[in-house]
Amino acid sequence: MQPVVEMLNIRKEFPGILANDNVTITLNHGEVLALLGENGAGKSTLMSVLFGLYQPESGTIKVKGQEVKIPNPNVAGELGIGMVHQHFKLVHNFTVTENIVLGIEPTRGGVLTLKQASEKIRQLSKQYGLDVDPDAKIEDVSVGMQQRVEILKMLYRNSEVLIFDEPTAVLTPQEILELMKIMRNLQAEGKSIIVITHKLKEIKAIADRCTVIRRGKLVGTVSVKDTSQAQMAEMMVGREVSFHVDKGPFNPGATVLQVNNLSVRNNRKLPALKSFTLDVRAGEIVGVAGVEGNGQTEFVEALTGLRPVDSGHILVNGNEITRATVRQRIDAKVAHIPEDRQKRGLVLDYTLAENFVLENHGLEPFSTKGFLNQDAIYAQANRLIEAFDVRSGEGAKSKARGLSGGNQQKAIVGREIDLNPDLLIAVQPTRGLDVGSIEYIHKRLVEQRDAGKAVLLVSLELDEILDLSDRIAVVCRGELVGVVDAKSTDENKIGLMMAGVKTGVAE
Amino acid sequence: MKFLVKKEVLVGLTAVVLGLLAGALFMAVTGNNPFTGYFYLFAGGMMNLERLGNTLAMATPLILTGLSVAFAFRTGLFNIGAAGQALIGGLVATAIGLTVGLPKAILLPLILIAAALGGALWAWLPGILKAKFNVHEVVSTIMMNWIAYWLTYYTIPAFFKGSFETESRLISDAASLKTPFLTELFAGSYINMGLFVSLVAVFLVSIVLNRTVLGYRLKAVGYNRFAAEYAGINVNRHIVASMAIAGALAGLGGATLYVGYASSMQIGILPSIGFDGIAVALLASNSPLGVLGSAVFFGILQSGKGFMNAMTKIPPEIGDTIIATIIYFAATSVLIERWFASFTKRKGGKSRV
Ligand SMILES: Nc1ncnc2c1ncn2[C@@H]1O[C@H](COP(=O)(O)OP(=O)(O)O)[C@@H](O)[C@H]1O
Ligand SMILES: [Mg+2]
Repeated sequence: MQPVVEMLNIRKEFPGILANDNVTITLNHGEVLALLGENGAGKSTLMSVLFGLYQPESGTIKVKGQEVKIPNPNVAGELGIGMVHQHFKLVHNFTVTENIVLGIEPTRGGVLTLKQASEKIRQLSKQYGLDVDPDAKIEDVSVGMQQRVEILKMLYRNSEVLIFDEPTAVLTPQEILELMKIMRNLQAEGKSIIVITHKLKEIKAIADRCTVIRRGKLVGTVSVKDTSQAQMAEMMVGREVSFHVDKGPFNPGATVLQVNNLSVRNNRKLPALKSFTLDVRAGEIVGVAGVEGNGQTEFVEALTGLRPVDSGHILVNGNEITRATVRQRIDAKVAHIPEDRQKRGLVLDYTLAENFVLENHGLEPFSTKGFLNQDAIYAQANRLIEAFDVRSGEGAKSKARGLSGGNQQKAIVGREIDLNPDLLIAVQPTRGLDVGSIEYIHKRLVEQRDAGKAVLLVSLELDEILDLSDRIAVVCRGELVGVVDAKSTDENKIGLMMAGVKTGVAE
Repeated sequence: MKFLVKKEVLVGLTAVVLGLLAGALFMAVTGNNPFTGYFYLFAGGMMNLERLGNTLAMATPLILTGLSVAFAFRTGLFNIGAAGQALIGGLVATAIGLTVGLPKAILLPLILIAAALGGALWAWLPGILKAKFNVHEVVSTIMMNWIAYWLTYYTIPAFFKGSFETESRLISDAASLKTPFLTELFAGSYINMGLFVSLVAVFLVSIVLNRTVLGYRLKAVGYNRFAAEYAGINVNRHIVASMAIAGALAGLGGATLYVGYASSMQIGILPSIGFDGIAVALLASNSPLGVLGSAVFFGILQSGKGFMNAMTKIPPEIGDTIIATIIYFAATSVLIERWFASFTKRKGGKSRV
């Protein structure tokens, strides 16, 4: 059977960057094709070309064998091509129905008639198992639900080819499973799907074939069944990627962080962390596992001085820091890779060089008597950019805003490690990154441990916790469920503990 | 500062050109010749030493209030209160000038320091309100404007009444920023030593913003207070500091207006330099050097519009209209920037084909 979509030898250039260099992909009827590549590989660009948002410099697009020109998204729509963007395009104070019909509003004599539309949406929702209420307001529904509204938008317009740009990036694990189910339903009903992702597990779970691009160039297309995750990762990164991090021998030293009976409240003044006790020693990584929103954020904020403590004690190297300021904690050699890199970790309008001295700009050699020393600041920036492989357009002078997420994160990790802390608190250090960057950051964290530093790793990714930690502390509803030895546990046991079941063997 | 930045200059100049074109259109529509109109407008601002001196005297307080707004803005704060801060600065300056008898060389520094402190105090309070109680500075600085207004309204007649109920007495020569040397050099104009004060302020502000730890922290707080907090920077203290510095600048601006350009204070008005300072800062994209340039430009328009009116039938309001139009274009500078971007892109695209 003829492919539904063929993009042949597509070339798309941006000023100074060849985003797509002679890329060819084909999508067969009724299949799920994964588009895999690192951040900045050119995946979104390629799909935007197909959706009519960009015009390629050269190359042809065929839909059902017919050569077509797609000058804008309306034409794409007429050709049966729909796209769910990474950032949803919904009007928040409109209802689901109003959002879906936006642009093709049904009218009778100039008056909006939404009733039929709403009925059709209800019916489509049922057919594909989407479970969307057509009359709900967007601002009242979850992110996962908003995504389904975007899917319904495509279905309402009778799209046959559905493009998803990193659909799982914004979802919780539960929502991801549901999305997978929905995609299978769509496939069963004869839709053809292209899904952009850099999560190999998801590709394994849902895709039939996988096309890999690297730095704008096509690497190849493989059958997912016959290709291992390691092979796909290697195609994507261009070298072998090890999923397992080699750690040195486990030689824990003195206790660096001591948390005793710590209680903290959340923003609504309700108890978020209840009488929490935990130690981290030099030379070990302690992972904190738990479902999102079980007190991890508040715990870290209390440790780093961003949130007041209700009761209990925090000691670093034996010194009480329970009520110390953020500054005093930094001086006590506590470094912090924050959960939200754009909100906390970087001043996006500052250059990379300026961001590298966010904590120590007040110290020699970066400033003398209150005056900044640009030479020293730039020298350090160039050193860190080199050491931590931070890629950007203009090096140290690049605005942090212009960097890809992975490179922003590498910059933060580099900065914090370079503070040479005794305690490194890493929160979700690899969220949203591709495997190459994940591997890199994991190596750096383990290096810290092997160098005899204490590392506290807080992550929602169970794989990450299991791979890196020496010991794992599990939290549920703000309480410590237990601390287990990483070697003697597995995903299932931790999963049970995360649900609050106290099966953990004490150390 | 070297890399601060061709784009902003381009946008500012475009706004000026568009504003002037719009002004030309108004003149033409009202049946006047724009070329004669502009000739007299600029001649009125620069034709001889006296007029040039008046232009600079007019620009002096604008430089300081423009700096005040720009400084606050660079650190993430919107200082609408420059008018009130300038008024307090002027009131303090006048009060000292009328009551303290000291030689000029001691009295003037005292007056300037006190005016800066008065302005700083007037902005410090909104800073505290913002830091401690999260009261938005736009609201509180407007409030402070009116407190300053009424304070002046009652203080002047009560303690410093001059020949009219609504005016203070004239300050002595010793308390005035005017100096015979400058006055004579510029053929009897209003120019005064406030100009040097404002130039020093431009220099200092640009040093503080671009070269110092304090400036780094203030801007970090302005750009992203969460990141600043994360990095151990005391966010609240820097908000207050930023407001106080902005207030000090506006307070100095008030001194250069009331004991420099003028020699007495009137009650019942908020000085327009407060709000014009916002326009100056806007046109300057908040860069200190840009403030200097745009304040002088506004000074030319301000002092030239009367002459234009005298020599032609063009109403002086055209001068204000031009300023308003320029502000409009400067405020929509995003559009101008985009226009430039599309222009350069198109050019780039062509050259490649
Ligand atoms: N509108 C644009 N203008 C300039 N450069 C762009 C634009 N969109 C993407 N790029 C650049 O093109 C490259 C590919 O980007 P993108 O397609 O978004 O990558 P991906 O989706 O694979 O992460 C990146 O280097 C990106 O910086
Ligand atoms: Mg993308």
